[in-house]
Amino acid sequence: MTARGYLQVRDLWIDLKEFHLREINLDVSDGEYFLILGPTGAGKTVLLETIAGLYQPCKGQILLGGNDITAVPPERRGIGFVYQDYMLFPHMNVAKNIAFGLRLRGIDHKTVEERVCAFSQLLGIDHLLHRSPRTLSGGEQQRASLARALVVEPQLLLLDEPLSALDPETREGLQRELARIHGELGTTILHVTHDFEEAITLGERIAVLNNGRVVQVGSAEDIFRKPNSEFVAHFVGTRNIFRGKIRSEDTRHKVLCLDEVDVAVVTDLVGDAHGSVRPEDIIISRESLRSSALNCFRGHIIDIADRVSIVYVTVRVPPDFVCIITKRSLEEMMLKEGQEVHITFKASAVHVF
Amino acid sequence: MKELFANRMRASFVVLGSLLIVFVAWPLLRTVTAPGPAVLWQTLLDEEVRDSILLTFQSSLIATGIAFACGVPLAYLLARADFPGKWLIEGIIDVPIVVPHSAAGIALLMVFGRRTLFGQAFGHLGIKFVSAAPGIVIAMLFVSLSLLVDAAREGFEAVDPRLERVARTLGASPWRTFWCISFPLAWRSILSGIILMWARGLSEFGAVVILAYHPMVAPVLLYERFLSFGLRYSRPVAALMILICLATFALLRVTAGRKRGEA
Repeated sequence: MTARGYLQVRDLWIDLKEFHLREINLDVSDGEYFLILGPTGAGKTVLLETIAGLYQPCKGQILLGGNDITAVPPERRGIGFVYQDYMLFPHMNVAKNIAFGLRLRGIDHKTVEERVCAFSQLLGIDHLLHRSPRTLSGGEQQRASLARALVVEPQLLLLDEPLSALDPETREGLQRELARIHGELGTTILHVTHDFEEAITLGERIAVLNNGRVVQVGSAEDIFRKPNSEFVAHFVGTRNIFRGKIRSEDTRHKVLCLDEVDVAVVTDLVGDAHGSVRPEDIIISRESLRSSALNCFRGHIIDIADRVSIVYVTVRVPPDFVCIITKRSLEEMMLKEGQEVHITFKASAVHVF
Repeated sequence: MKELFANRMRASFVVLGSLLIVFVAWPLLRTVTAPGPAVLWQTLLDEEVRDSILLTFQSSLIATGIAFACGVPLAYLLARADFPGKWLIEGIIDVPIVVPHSAAGIALLMVFGRRTLFGQAFGHLGIKFVSAAPGIVIAMLFVSLSLLVDAAREGFEAVDPRLERVARTLGASPWRTFWCISFPLAWRSILSGIILMWARGLSEFGAVVILAYHPMVAPVLLYERFLSFGLRYSRPVAALMILICLATFALLRVTAGRKRGEA
């Protein structure tokens, strides 16, 4: 059973009321955690529902594990689905919700119980099995709906904005949980979101969807370093995103170690993490600044991009930092490409995720 | 209670509203209490009365059963699917509410009457509609099916279609999904539709009397007694009918109330 979770979408066209998807091509390897990133209304949900077999495409093919499943009804595809707002069956308790798929397969009572038990433990909801879904918090409901989808061991799991309805704290916890579960089960996951940070934290690769088309596919690095269109650049936002390791200097100070420099940060996270600094939070100066800001680096300007009233200045430390300054500052400071400058930003201006 | 009389406007609304309540409750109460328990018991022992009440209940039950078997699937389609001419289907379902029921009886007679194609075809099978129980059933069915179909449709519309989609991805066939998810979740609404339709069938007069004066359903019997013997003799039958209908209606309110309480 090699590559049973290998998903190929070939030239898929979908027309559904206000949603039109055009020429969708995707290749998701077996066991990959693949992200689809796009703004609201880009047709992300419709794409997932079509892959699950809930809608028929007007054109194109869907292959799973090498088999053409375009005409196979959803109940025989082996594709799990988790919606943003959980969609637990309100007339069944949590245990019955999770057992639903197993019961349909005619599995004996004892095995069903064992499997429900195992998966509810995996998701940390084994103490909630006898509760009714409506008494659970959002995070607990989403865990239950993940358990329900995973317990039947799908070849592919589709997640439709699974974290968007949750409060930030719960979201972060469940996000880590998703990464852990993916590591443990190795299920191929196709996850849809409009949140760029969620995408780069979870996704091995990302496809950006806009106006019903896939506009770019690549690693998180590719997408934000080399956006191939105005839309991607704008949607992702011009920001400085770095990947590194969190290290504790002492109990109070933490640093994010990048390849070349250490950036002071404020965070509770440990281990591998991303840090981002908004370009408008970085101060450029000709002399080294003495201030309360912990991060101060020397570099030289490699690019100046003029945008009417503001200017994007790229400073190579390395790594490269993009800074936004006004045209007036640029003129007053007489900045030129190749010039040596200092950049300064506060530890609290670094968002770690 | 305080909320009712919070200000003068509300107090005057209370007075206006009460007029209507009294208008409905007073005559009913008068009718029910006038004969006294002994007379009511006597009436219930009257074989003609008993047979007609039983016939009314049975016919309405059969009509409701037919509407359930065909109307629930129709309601599901109306709740889930968009198709050309859907407005026309919706209109047809609601028409029986707006046409005069005696006109509905005439319309049915045009199709199910003795000399019509349908009437003759069914006649060969030994089923006749005019002046027979099947006629009562189709008259009740015609005038009350909208109630069941509309309630069931509302019930299905309240079920998020994504619940059905999740069930499908978990391995349920369309049939399985309907029976395990859609139907149980819409059940309360369908049940109140069933009770409402059944109660509406019990009280039907206009359409029934045109298709089948005999055998007599309770409302027809009541009318006949009123015409032949006057108010005094029709009153106990009316009281009995009202009591029975009140009981069914109470049942409906209990189920509907529980539904609201849960949501």
